[in-house]
Amino acid sequence: MSAIPAEATTAEEKVETTGQYDELVNAGYEHGFITEIESETLPPGLDEGVIRTISARKGEPEWMTEWRLAAYRKWLEMPTPTWASVHYPPIDYQSISYFSAPKKKDGPKSLDEVDPALLETYEKLGIPIEEQKALAGVAVDAVFDSVSVATTFREKLHEAGVIFCSISEALQEYPELVQKYIGTVVPPTDNFYVGLNSAVFTDGTFVYVPKNTRCPMELSTYFRINEAKTGQFERTLIVADEGSYVSYLEGCTAPQRDENQLHAAVVELIALDDAEIKYSTVQNWYPGDENGKGGIYNFVTKRGDCRGARSKISWTQVETGSAITWKYPSCILRGDDSVGEFYSVAVTKGMQQADTGTKMIHLGKNTSSTIVSKGISAQHGQQAYRGLVRIAGKAEGARNHTQCDSLLIGDQSAAHTFPYIEVKNPSAKMEHEATTSKISEDQLFYCRARGLTEEDAVSMIVNGFCKEVFNELPMEFAVEAQKLLSISLEGAVG
Amino acid sequence: MLSVKGLKASVGDEPILKGLDLEVKPGEVHAIMGPNGSGKSTFAHVLSGREGYEVTGGSAELDGEDLFELEPEERARLGLFLAFQYPVELPGVNNMYFLKAALNAIRKSRGEEELDAVSFMRLMKEKLKILHLDDSLLKRPVNFGFSGGEKKRNEIFQMALLEPKLAILDETDSGLDIDALRIVADGVNALRSPERSMIVVTHYQRLLDYIQPDHVHVLAKGRIIRSGGKELALELEEKGYGWIVEGEAA
Ligand SMILES: Nc1ncnc2c1ncn2[C@@H]1O[C@H](COP(=O)(O)OP(=O)(O)OP(=O)(O)O)[C@@H](O)[C@H]1O
Ligand SMILES: [Mg+2]
Repeated sequence: MSAIPAEATTAEEKVETTGQYDELVNAGYEHGFITEIESETLPPGLDEGVIRTISARKGEPEWMTEWRLAAYRKWLEMPTPTWASVHYPPIDYQSISYFSAPKKKDGPKSLDEVDPALLETYEKLGIPIEEQKALAGVAVDAVFDSVSVATTFREKLHEAGVIFCSISEALQEYPELVQKYIGTVVPPTDNFYVGLNSAVFTDGTFVYVPKNTRCPMELSTYFRINEAKTGQFERTLIVADEGSYVSYLEGCTAPQRDENQLHAAVVELIALDDAEIKYSTVQNWYPGDENGKGGIYNFVTKRGDCRGARSKISWTQVETGSAITWKYPSCILRGDDSVGEFYSVAVTKGMQQADTGTKMIHLGKNTSSTIVSKGISAQHGQQAYRGLVRIAGKAEGARNHTQCDSLLIGDQSAAHTFPYIEVKNPSAKMEHEATTSKISEDQLFYCRARGLTEEDAVSMIVNGFCKEVFNELPMEFAVEAQKLLSISLEGAVG
Repeated sequence: MLSVKGLKASVGDEPILKGLDLEVKPGEVHAIMGPNGSGKSTFAHVLSGREGYEVTGGSAELDGEDLFELEPEERARLGLFLAFQYPVELPGVNNMYFLKAALNAIRKSRGEEELDAVSFMRLMKEKLKILHLDDSLLKRPVNFGFSGGEKKRNEIFQMALLEPKLAILDETDSGLDIDALRIVADGVNALRSPERSMIVVTHYQRLLDYIQPDHVHVLAKGRIIRSGGKELALELEEKGYGWIVEGEAA
């Protein structure tokens, strides 16, 4: 608790220096926005001046600046969450630079300076050398093909009337749409990391699918790798208007490196009447070396709002990276007959810790939700599944099916399950199944006696274990996810 | 084919195999019988490389290769096959997928081309017929929820598919009903060839009516204490093991 007054004091002191930032802002506009961000980074620290600077540099409307400031003021009063069963050293929020240029200078100069283990993984995934550089944070000058691909995609989307752009662009081009929806699913006061994100986010994606439109392609951030590195504080907002459909893929299977340890993203999904959003994540943040050093802390808040009747939101995630993951993609089933789904595979090995799960909040009538969570722990991996299913008093005829399976590899890993159920309407139908299994010596020997290597055997058993979740992923993503899982569990046995 | 000399193996500090000798020539079928706990399964496991056993003496060669220098999967790729006494369940792993992976791993190590899905299916259909197996079992996870008899038949089906040089069948007959026993025995007989050898571990002479062995051995207290032709099995059926085991001790 003592950290809060200290932060507040720091903030007050810094407010007085605002003038200095104003100069920076003005200087920035002289040279043009793009070159400016490439050459300059705000000094570490956070106060209202920093937030105004960020907002001004992004050319945001006044209401957005105020929204950020309000979020910041609330954030100062919030305690850091400590209840998740993960352990990490306290983060000094004043030591972070909240507006940093692409890290051309700080990153490794060439692939020679990159962790060889990381490079080996890229090789195995068959990632082209230029993309390897981008992923590893090496300065890249060459432009990939993927950028031109992205342009073609954009034109196709434009024809369909689908908006797919960066959140910053959206704030300039479609401010009324953003204003109408941002923060309506995840309010800035939701939790500590959301508060921080709302105040300082600089990157992210905006999607709007108009009425009765089926988005003509899977929206993927994969091909955006070169355009924008995953930011530390990303903000994603996806709105599916009445009767529309969109499938969005986030992340990529290659381990992404980033010298920002803390990642606090916010993702908001809104599905209006008869709309459907499918959100798939394959995330493979750098987990750190074998001691967990240098790994990413991934504290992300993802929530979908089935705002309209008969709407559907489906989360599918495959998580193998990060030193620490803390996330609970959730659905608010507000519309009558709306449907929420959560399919998850999470892998923890080495010193990784994950605390994940979902929340299904049933508010409308005849709403239904499905939760399938598959956790795999190897070596010293620690994993907790935390699931909340809440059936409100008015949610007549609600149904939930939860299945929560853990697979342990070796005897030093652990998995914990915390299901929370709150039922305020007696008509609810709830089903819960949980299993814990272990890859046994017998199973491994059986496979080996048939000519398979131990690694083949593990990946076969693991893929079998995860099948229900992989089935939910778009085809090419599923194949990559399988491959990724095998690679990430290599050497995890024995 | 297989040459085992003075094999000693223990589990923990407990010696189980205490100097076992066995020579198997190409095309031969050897039956191993013996009381419960005498070390039959241990012998099969040690040959196929299961962890948890320590080889403390002796040697085992398959076609001149020292088995104990090889990993279990390398032994399998060399052509050693063990039909398990207790086949293991692999929940979530599709049987067909498993078999294809196993077959291709073995083919690859032999320098043969991997089979594509179509040729693999054709091969499977052919082998299924031999064992009168229902192809619905192939769509299920490996051994998962299979009945005892189905598991045993699945083992022999795998053997038919993988075409090993030397197959060790550990009590494949126990748990089979009369018809299944017949089918499995027919399957095994169909796989007999001048190049392929088999070691059949069984408690029952009945199986040996169907699968006629060239040699019968009695394994007791970790050693082969008597060998003979198929008439030895008949004698055992009649008199039990007591007379040999005691005779040995005397
Ligand atoms: N992993 C182990 N740990 C402890 N003891 C073992 C282990 N494996 C085998 N043994 C012991 O070794 C001895 C031989 O066992 P094995 O399974 O080889 O017998 P078997 O001849 O196959 O018997 P059965 O006819 O009942 O199948 C038994 O006393 C058994 O308890
Ligand atoms: Mg046995």
